[in-house]
Amino acid sequence: MLLSTLQTPRSLSRLTRHPHSFTSRASLTHQTQTLTPSSPSPPPQSEILSIRHALLSRRASAADLVLSQLARLRLAEPRLRSFLHLPDDDALLAHARRLDARIAAGEDPGPLAGVLVGVKDNICTADMPSTAGSRILEGYRAPFDATAVKRVRELGGIVVGKTNMDEFGMGSTTEASAFQVTANPWDESRVPGGSSGGSAAAVSARQCVVSLGSDTGGSVRQPASFCGVVGLKPTYGRVSRFGLMAYASSLDAIGCFGSSVADTGTLLHAIAGHDRFDATSSKQDVPDFQSHFVAVSSLESKPLKGLRVGLIRETIDDGVDAGVISAIRAAALHFEELGCSVNEVSLPSFSLGLPAYYILAVSESSSNLSRYDGIRYGNQVYADELDSLYGGSRAQGFGSEVKMRILMGTYALSAGYYDAYYKRAQQVRTIIRNSFKEALSQNDILISPAAPSAAYKIGEKKNDPLAMYAGDIMTVNVNLAGLPALVLPCGFVEGGPSGLPVGLQMIGAAFNEGELLRVGHIFEQTLENCKFVPPIVVDDIAY
Amino acid sequence: MASTIFRSLQVHPFLLYPTTFLRRRNEVFHLASKATQSQTDTQQTKVTTSSTQSKKLDKIPKDYEAIIGIETHVQLSTLTKAFCGCPYSYGSPPNSSICPICMGLPGALPVLNSKIIDFAVKLGLALNCNLAFNSKFDRKQYFYPDLPKGYQISQFDVPIATAGFLDVDIPVEFGGGHKRFGITRVHMEEDAGKLLHAENGNYSQVDLNRAGVPLLEIVSEPDMRNGIEAAEYAAELQRLVRYLGVSNGNMQEGSLRCDVNVSIRPIGQSKFGTKVEIKNLNSFSSVSRAIDFEISRQVQLHSQGREDQIVQETRLWEEGSQRTITMRKKEGLADYRYFPEPDLPAVILSQEYVDGIKNSLPELPEIKRRRYEQMGLSMQDVLFLANDKNIADFFDATLAKGADPKLVANWIMSDIAAFMKNEKLTINEIKLTPEELSELIASIKGGTISSKIGKEILFELLAKGGTVKELIEKKDLVQIADPVEIEKMVDKIIADNPKQVEQYRGGKTKLQGFFAGQVMKLSKGKANPGLLNKILLEKLNSKS
Ligand SMILES: [Zn+2]
Repeated sequence: MLLSTLQTPRSLSRLTRHPHSFTSRASLTHQTQTLTPSSPSPPPQSEILSIRHALLSRRASAADLVLSQLARLRLAEPRLRSFLHLPDDDALLAHARRLDARIAAGEDPGPLAGVLVGVKDNICTADMPSTAGSRILEGYRAPFDATAVKRVRELGGIVVGKTNMDEFGMGSTTEASAFQVTANPWDESRVPGGSSGGSAAAVSARQCVVSLGSDTGGSVRQPASFCGVVGLKPTYGRVSRFGLMAYASSLDAIGCFGSSVADTGTLLHAIAGHDRFDATSSKQDVPDFQSHFVAVSSLESKPLKGLRVGLIRETIDDGVDAGVISAIRAAALHFEELGCSVNEVSLPSFSLGLPAYYILAVSESSSNLSRYDGIRYGNQVYADELDSLYGGSRAQGFGSEVKMRILMGTYALSAGYYDAYYKRAQQVRTIIRNSFKEALSQNDILISPAAPSAAYKIGEKKNDPLAMYAGDIMTVNVNLAGLPALVLPCGFVEGGPSGLPVGLQMIGAAFNEGELLRVGHIFEQTLENCKFVPPIVVDDIAY
Repeated sequence: MASTIFRSLQVHPFLLYPTTFLRRRNEVFHLASKATQSQTDTQQTKVTTSSTQSKKLDKIPKDYEAIIGIETHVQLSTLTKAFCGCPYSYGSPPNSSICPICMGLPGALPVLNSKIIDFAVKLGLALNCNLAFNSKFDRKQYFYPDLPKGYQISQFDVPIATAGFLDVDIPVEFGGGHKRFGITRVHMEEDAGKLLHAENGNYSQVDLNRAGVPLLEIVSEPDMRNGIEAAEYAAELQRLVRYLGVSNGNMQEGSLRCDVNVSIRPIGQSKFGTKVEIKNLNSFSSVSRAIDFEISRQVQLHSQGREDQIVQETRLWEEGSQRTITMRKKEGLADYRYFPEPDLPAVILSQEYVDGIKNSLPELPEIKRRRYEQMGLSMQDVLFLANDKNIADFFDATLAKGADPKLVANWIMSDIAAFMKNEKLTINEIKLTPEELSELIASIKGGTISSKIGKEILFELLAKGGTVKELIEKKDLVQIADPVEIEKMVDKIIADNPKQVEQYRGGKTKLQGFFAGQVMKLSKGKANPGLLNKILLEKLNSKS
């Protein structure tokens, strides 16, 4: 079997130490790579399907499955700190027993039956607190489920807990959480990425099967890359934002994490579609993504023949780790092996994305966070007069990153500055949107790294916000253009006990998640030398 | 839910901190610090004597002119709030009509009630405005406890309607005449909640029932010159929104709120004077009186060389003392940091949609008035009839049955209006129908009944309903117009009163009335009066 990553020489040395992480049978240079789909290496499984089969074949009850999954969750939790809130086991078991009763009655318990779903803490759940990682919402319990959560539950999914995050989504490491820092399952001294770091780490460590995150400028994709899981940021409007605590409304998207493309697609299918409670949610039909998936056994020798893949030149440039660049180049070669034509494309406006993104995001967030005033909910300080009440409640409730962004946003929207900042950033956004449209008219998908580096050390960039912001360069343009993007692990770089995963970002045309999932699924199944299971997962996962 | 999430604001005495209200725009606070109040008191005492009585225009000194503009907020009578499904009804218990959306809970999103666009387009068209076919919502940002999201969803640089006008007929008693006032803009926005202040001033509570209720803000050009014009503008606007069915226009309940801007300048000066805003105007007469008071106050200051004391501020109209007092000084322009509302899509109108709304508009007051005027009705009648759409509809329906406009107008304005007033009924609540009023008028005109009997029947119809025909038959009220029958009765009365006949014939002709009365009584009021008098005179005079 052939190799798809150029990073293998370093990574391979660890194979023997950690059989669950990845396996490789041969090491060839890329010039001689060919694809042999008949290879015996098993493709990444769909855990959701395994669970479904176990339940429907009565091999296991939902209650059993929940208990075994919970045991795994709890084992890892003290080391990772992925979750901010976990409900009582009893509550989860009650859900599971209801599913078992339905199965016993011969009913279909739903495509997500028995699947433990982690939910980012800025997505409202009626049965658990929702704090968005902020002290100002400590103990706040929403009176309603977010639409995405509601849909997950309706399909049998069990919300297992609320995952840690940078406060209100403002950060790339979970270090800006008011409550705890989540560790990266591949190396506990490293950050899991952010802001959906808890959701990514939890799936990576198999603490839950899939999870929901939110992506405003890369908050699903960058942690997916850091944690070696699949992360999907859908097209803006594909998934209802109702119940997602707004960071930057015109950029926010609820996204999905899974340990396979199939699971990620199944979760997206569950939550996608128009919602009358979100005026920006799209009425576009949601195709059955599963029907796009082709099993590896039935793949042709060139399953992606004719697919035009554009590698964004600006993303493999200066400032990007060499290891990351070579992993992405290897992924490009893998695409070629699969029959794609791969070309480098240039998006000259690419570098404008970062400043435009930060102006728009902080502007909108300064407005969206105005409601946290201590009047109706959340922490309120005692004060003699109104301004002190506002000032005190917000000063104590918000962390420094949030305060900084509110201040920047307030400044950017102020009279006299609006035209220079907000309005210009909107103009840049239009340019970026058009340049993506142009690039996607000549390419079916665009590829890039998901982040300029693999996971870095906790504390490494904490006092250097600009360095941290620069890490978002790969992802923010996609939010500005409102496009869907799928990140999936494609290789490793040196670091940690067993290497650190590198994520490949695939960007598609608006509402074309189906194509991204189809291509991602084939890519993932044929990437045979890598198995992205972190060292913390010691036991086999069987349902 | 509300009870667990709401809490009292344990903010210590609000009343002593007027600065906390600085950013507030659309709400009237009956609060002012003691310090500022006493400061203005001294100003007031000097001017009140000459200015509280201000009904008449000539109170404005001849060498000054006043420039008045009005911002009106009209609460739309949609079934639900602007961006959520909560109903709104005035006076319901605090926080009984709220949901996560209008409470601004985290994660809640607004979804526009499309009725609001219908209403805005209706009013925009009725105000002769240009419509923006591509407009949007913006966020107006400020902090206040009654504003749950920390911003108000409003429209900033692209209002849905601009550059219109409103035609007004000034009532005869105020000098009459036709005036056209410019409309700068009409935009859509949401209302804020209300603060309920404890009597002891120790705390305040938030009632969010009104939060998210849809409003249209109508900004006039500064085209009014005195209180009457401003009040008539406001009254016409009320009429218009009621005609259109977009609002109940009730000022007491706050469904129609007027904030006026007043400045003065010496005649001949082109530069505008300093603008003062007046709030808390709960009736048209308070609009008129507050403005005239304010003009006098400013003129007084100006003519005493103290124009520097006319400052940019918001003043409250005090109904009790009939004066305006300082509510807050404006310290520079507030920065609301407007930006486009990202949670709501752009508001796109199609020509087809606008045409549909245009075709559905009712006849508007101004057009109605001109039509009534052409019927030959007096301006007083015209204004009365067109004032209330229901009355105008009743009037028009009666005319449609063929009745004479002037007669119908008389009936409506006299006996019917008096009845409604006494019984406190609206025209829709009385039992009389336009068909029967028309029938009644025709019966009198055709001589079937006398106008005296007509009135009796009218009151019967007003109170109990029924038809004119039935009542005439049931009560045997058909007028006696047969000369033979009347002659018989005349003969009987003459025969029964020989003494009076003698006196009459002796020259006491005033007794004719006596005889006529007796004959009428004998006929139970049904004798045709003309015929009766003719025959009576013939009989009385013939034998002499
Ligand atoms: Zn509501």
